[in-house]
Amino acid sequence: MDLKIKINGEDWTLDVAPADTLLDVLRERVGTKSPKIGCERGDCGSCTVLIDGRSVRSCLVLAVEADGHEITTVEGISYDGLSALQTLFLENNSFQCGFCTPGIVLSATELLEQNPNPTRHDVQEALAGNLCRCTGYEPIIDAVLAAGDGGSE
Amino acid sequence: MTTPTRTHVTGGIGTSVRRPDGVPKVTGNFAYASDLHSKDMLWGATLRSPHAHARLISLDTGPALAMTGVRAVLTQDDVPGLPLFGQEEQDQPVLCDGVARYWGEPVAIVAADDEETAQRAAASIIAEWEPLAPLDDPEKAADDGSLFRELKIRRGDKEAAGTVVVEGVYETASQDQAPLGTEAGFAIPDGSGGLDLYVTSQWVHVDHRQIIACLDMEPDQIRCHPAGIGGAFGAREDISLHIHVAMLSLATGRPVKMEYDRSESFVGHVKRHPSKMWYRHEADADGNLVKVTARLLLDGGAYAHTSRAVLANAAFFTVGPYRCDNVVVDAQVVKTNNPPCGAMRGFGAVQACFGYESQMDRLAEELGVDPLDLRRQNAMRGGDPLATSGQVIDAPLPTVEVIDALEAIPLPEPLASDDPRLLPGGTGLTTPASKVVRGVGYAVGLKNVAFSEGFDDYAEARVVLTRAGVEVHTAAMEVGQGLVTVCQQIARTVLGIENVAVVWDDTSHIGSAGSTSASRQTQMTGGAVHAASVGLRDRILADFGGDELRNDGVYRAGERIATIDEICAEGPVEHLVRFRHPETHPPDENGQGDVHAGFVVAAHRAVVDVDPELGLVRVVRVDTAQDVGKALNPQAITGQLEGGIMQGVGLAVMEELVVDHGVIRNPTFTDYLIPTFLDAPAVETRIIEAPDPWGPFGAKGIGESPTISSTPAVVAAIRAATGKALTRAPVRPQDIVGI
Repeated sequence: MDLKIKINGEDWTLDVAPADTLLDVLRERVGTKSPKIGCERGDCGSCTVLIDGRSVRSCLVLAVEADGHEITTVEGISYDGLSALQTLFLENNSFQCGFCTPGIVLSATELLEQNPNPTRHDVQEALAGNLCRCTGYEPIIDAVLAAGDGGSE
Repeated sequence: MTTPTRTHVTGGIGTSVRRPDGVPKVTGNFAYASDLHSKDMLWGATLRSPHAHARLISLDTGPALAMTGVRAVLTQDDVPGLPLFGQEEQDQPVLCDGVARYWGEPVAIVAADDEETAQRAAASIIAEWEPLAPLDDPEKAADDGSLFRELKIRRGDKEAAGTVVVEGVYETASQDQAPLGTEAGFAIPDGSGGLDLYVTSQWVHVDHRQIIACLDMEPDQIRCHPAGIGGAFGAREDISLHIHVAMLSLATGRPVKMEYDRSESFVGHVKRHPSKMWYRHEADADGNLVKVTARLLLDGGAYAHTSRAVLANAAFFTVGPYRCDNVVVDAQVVKTNNPPCGAMRGFGAVQACFGYESQMDRLAEELGVDPLDLRRQNAMRGGDPLATSGQVIDAPLPTVEVIDALEAIPLPEPLASDDPRLLPGGTGLTTPASKVVRGVGYAVGLKNVAFSEGFDDYAEARVVLTRAGVEVHTAAMEVGQGLVTVCQQIARTVLGIENVAVVWDDTSHIGSAGSTSASRQTQMTGGAVHAASVGLRDRILADFGGDELRNDGVYRAGERIATIDEICAEGPVEHLVRFRHPETHPPDENGQGDVHAGFVVAAHRAVVDVDPELGLVRVVRVDTAQDVGKALNPQAITGQLEGGIMQGVGLAVMEELVVDHGVIRNPTFTDYLIPTFLDAPAVETRIIEAPDPWGPFGAKGIGESPTISSTPAVVAAIRAATGKALTRAPVRPQDIVGI
């Protein structure tokens, strides 16, 4: 099946199978490796990408469902240098192994778009679908709150 | 160590330097083992045993071989060398050798053109099984003498007795490390019959030793490369798919990739040993510990892995950081048909800490004294003997200081709001705030650093000065903890040169760094980098008659006498060090001796809110104070303390691998729950610095302690809230409600 999508600002036309997930197509066909495979059933959030600015688990989206839509991965928000949020992740040591980081950066980017000054609870609720096993979450919450305070993005 | 600190270098020790792998990780460009690929690669897949114990009557690989796109189907008969592997004891077949001894044991492997074909081909293999009764009861295994190891500790007077006695039986469940990246490996033929391997690992040299033995190859034919890794926590200390992916690549002559999905990951790596512990503490009327008697039983599962070391930790830390002259411990780790267990953060010490800290609280209650005062009164300090082995602690041990620092952290305000987000159960299941009960609990934990019992434990590092800067070469695995940053900081401080890069070398280019486990790399690889940097600096200074090295050359009395280019006129200069910690010894027949190389102590305080009607718990906050020796990177330490606490909270209230007749019933993140953002308690940390005698700049390994006493602190807080005995971790709603 023909799939026309925009990925990080670039137009792609791909021949995909009906059962291909968006995650498979991004990683194996397009070569965009930042969405990670953590569980393939929507539990961990490592594969989070934005479709038209809204976060989705790309392991639960069939590639054909994304036809005609615009996909943003963490590479797509890094072309012009680091976003304020990414810089705050570096400053706050908001990751260790980093496997969850692309997904969490995208979920938090969406949160800050919709709610530029989130509270601690807002951050916890918005990111509850993204698991992190290394940090204990505290430094991630700190970074997102700091991004809000600064009125960045 | 007396190396002077170069104050003019930025990014040295003691500062919260940014990670060198930070930008690649926040931009999605960091390459994990699971991201590696090549155009002509094949995919591997594994057929696994559907039984926990069964005889393999026949195996028909024909249907798989007949499938289009299948390039190889291999079984145990195809293993070219030693048919068994194992880190401590070679007892596990590479593939099923006629009997499956645990659920999910690998039986056959397939390489095919794509992932789906490989998986379908593996599933098409016809295996005929004769199911056998699984030995799934650890106590029965102990009665049957099915043991990996037994350890007896006899210290002091066996007739000693106290006047105040508490006895208890405690259990901890099996916990999965649940690193977010699953097992992944990529094997590339080198064109000369050998391979380059990139597999998720904590110790590439110990992988290498097992792989070449099973493949019957020379050491230089197989090169194991450190690869990007999505967390470890002990799950990667033992072989998973390493030998399989190598066999498939050798058989096909093609690059092969293997990657476990989450459910396969749950069966594909070793877990934390479940435990059952009988304890008897005896004290005199003043609260001094007189005698501790314990029997510890750990379930090692089907194969040995690191069970021997895990048992030793449990046994030697039976009493914790307390003085006691009379100790009797009988510790066993049994062999069953349950999932194989190995290392997880705090291995062995986690289980024992749940037992002894539960007992210390009960003893305080029996004596009618404050639980923290009882701990202070009995606290082990530098110069005291370890209660179990009798080893005299030859370094400061700030047990009382961590308790004092922890107690000084202010407690949170009482729960005053009916905001459901602050209540146990969250927005889905709530009781009014007025019915929520708050509890506070404390625990203190002790852990050894690095390998013990006479193991020849070393780490190799090479420090090279080039015209472009300094390179630190090591095979030590960075698993997220921040070792790369600390290695840079140590080299900068010693050399006085800011431009330091850490280079991962494969097994053919550098000697072993040892395992990234046992809280050992900051002290071991950090120690090697320190010694190699000192050696390099001192040689350069001697060669040029200088007294100081700086970013731009050698100085004497403040005047530059040679540039970096001049130092490197004949090429890069380097220094290689194989660093060893002070010698340790195996215990004698009574479990006595200088068994350990170093010790770390930490304390935790948990505050919980409990809904006693539904048995729901919200962990409000967990505070900690920990001895770190010397804080090389305070921010990275805080990160380890916070992250480790969360895994301890997981074991306290939600994480349990449910095993039924040897079968894991919850091998997904839908059913095996790890803490989320909404479960995250607030954390306050206090860092105590009691310098280690041999760690670089006095630093101690700190990675495991956060996971050791956090679990019993949370359970103690739930006991304080509910008045229930709660002798098992994790605490389940039914344990609180009493159904």
